[in-house]
Amino acid sequence: MSGYTPSKSGLVDDTFGIVAEFASPYELLEAVKAVRKAGFSKIDTHTPFPIHGMDKAMGLPGSKLPWLVLCGGLLGTASAIALQWWMNGYDYAYHVGGKPVVSYQAYVPIGFELTVLFSAFTAVLGMLAMNLLPQPYHPLFNHPRFGRFSDDGFFLSIEAKDPSFSESKAREVLKTAGGTEITLIRETPET
Amino acid sequence: MSADRNVGAAARALEPESLIENNASLHDITNAVCAPVETEVSKTPIGWIISFVIALGMLGVFGATVGYLVWKGIGVWGNNQPVGWAWDITNFVWWIGIGHAGTLISAILFLFKQKWRTSINRFAEAMTIFAVLCALQFPLLHTGRPWLAIYWLFPLPNQMSVWPNFRSPLLWDVFAVSTYFLVSALFWYVGLIPDLATLRDRAKTRVRAIIYGILAVGWRGSNRHFQHYEKAYLILAGLSTPLVLSVHSIVSFDFATSVIPGWHTTIFPPYFVAGAVFSGFGLVMTLMLLAREFYGLKHLVTMRVLENMNKIILVTGTMVGYAYAMEFFIAWYGGNPYEKFAFLNRAFGPYAWAYWTMISCNVISPQLFWFRKIRRSIPMMFILSIFVNIGMWFERFVIIVTSLHRDFLPSSWGYFRPTIFDVGMYVGTFGLFFTLFLLFLRFLPMVAISEIKGVSKHADSHGPSHGVGHGHGQQVIEHSKETH
Repeated sequence: MSGYTPSKSGLVDDTFGIVAEFASPYELLEAVKAVRKAGFSKIDTHTPFPIHGMDKAMGLPGSKLPWLVLCGGLLGTASAIALQWWMNGYDYAYHVGGKPVVSYQAYVPIGFELTVLFSAFTAVLGMLAMNLLPQPYHPLFNHPRFGRFSDDGFFLSIEAKDPSFSESKAREVLKTAGGTEITLIRETPET
Repeated sequence: MSADRNVGAAARALEPESLIENNASLHDITNAVCAPVETEVSKTPIGWIISFVIALGMLGVFGATVGYLVWKGIGVWGNNQPVGWAWDITNFVWWIGIGHAGTLISAILFLFKQKWRTSINRFAEAMTIFAVLCALQFPLLHTGRPWLAIYWLFPLPNQMSVWPNFRSPLLWDVFAVSTYFLVSALFWYVGLIPDLATLRDRAKTRVRAIIYGILAVGWRGSNRHFQHYEKAYLILAGLSTPLVLSVHSIVSFDFATSVIPGWHTTIFPPYFVAGAVFSGFGLVMTLMLLAREFYGLKHLVTMRVLENMNKIILVTGTMVGYAYAMEFFIAWYGGNPYEKFAFLNRAFGPYAWAYWTMISCNVISPQLFWFRKIRRSIPMMFILSIFVNIGMWFERFVIIVTSLHRDFLPSSWGYFRPTIFDVGMYVGTFGLFFTLFLLFLRFLPMVAISEIKGVSKHADSHGPSHGVGHGHGQQVIEHSKETH
């Protein structure tokens, strides 16, 4: 755990970060802008639904997922063509109705279907992998109010890993931005 | 001045009805959708229990019929020469078609940014998956020995070193339908992840927290996650759109690539796809009307949504009617005597009763939706949606059976009659469908909670300066007012 630094009391400082609640998507969006202006970068929001304009406010680069899916799809097309050519045209040549052994026109439907199939699996598995999901444990789940993110809560978290992190500064910025219930979160549940 | 007032009135007239009624808050939405899923076992509504028992009974009929079918062989069905494909393929095509509405709603309407889809997409997607599952039973059991069929359906190495024939549309069908099933299931699951997290976070018991927790894969509504998630969802929608068009096209190739008069036509792919969407919307409508009544979701599945669905039924019903007319035209214009006979035989032969049932249900009855009163009348749309389902079943029956029963040689003509096992298996698949569907209603949120919140007015991230308008359409109207 390289991110851990010993605290003054000699115990390991296991602060994950700090989290605040906001009343609406608009306030959250404004708060994200304020928090970034104050110099924090390891921030995230937790909301019931994706918020329009949040990617831009957080300064996220575009998702690379489409490129991954393109590769998956091309692999699907290639597999379909190879499969059909090898099976019907090479390994066991089918002579049906005087048609050429390799009749590529007939490969189109399955070529299309496998392209879609491979792309869809790449999209879903790629999305989960890029998000590092499944992740059964996360420090934020220790926050008793955090469950409201999936109902009507709009949360903003700043991680302690942020180079410019200090608890007092984070609290102040979040408070000025209109955050409530500002809470420090530990990496492990408090006993 | 007067010009301003006119623009204002026009803007009001164009302003769409709200997608969510009663000014529901985000928490109200969560509660309304989660309530049926979170009811304690002892408080399960009696209506659900009765429906479930009936569904299980029908599933029992399915089990018994299939058991006997496998024991005796497919001779217990009514199909024989010359009608080698009958109810089994009719039911297969019908069930697959039912599923198409789900994908249309979830994928195509998503790409067109039709926000009203959010209240019905989950429901329709579940229906897609269960309908495809029912459809798969028929061709699988028509093989007679499903446990061996795997070798001629899928390219698996076997002791004869023979591979399936990739030039056969029947094999394309295997790939199309199984891809469709898997991609629909993925799409459905991805859409469910945020809602499963909602159920996890609201769980009152440890068992629920663990089960929904595992299914929710640790979702925490993170915007960094939503970025990839939304992209994945968009890609899946983009993939499903051509996929859904391809599936029924390929199903129609099973017929169109043959030389049977009445089947050998190029209009089949678009005609089948339109019919599929038509029948699917029919069943979504039937089930949605019951569910919104029963579970009190009228403020989420609003009259505007139902009216839009009726418009789609009208459009696709008219397309299907056009296709019927065009088939007749080409049968005459093409000058092929067999083709001409096949169509006259359809309309006036021994199966004329089936043909005219189809025409009344599919072509005539949806035309009533031209009237706004009927489009917005719950009893009328309920009855008409059932007509659509009956009509579309008969369409498949008419195409398949009337074309086969009298082909080129009068000496080989015949008349198909279903046996009790044909009926039992068809009824049985309803048991399978409704069993799965009722379990879905009981254990998963039937409305996409996260998505419907995203179209509510609380999702507005533009701030107070924009006033009441939250939809982009309304903003356009407001801007046009400013320019005047």
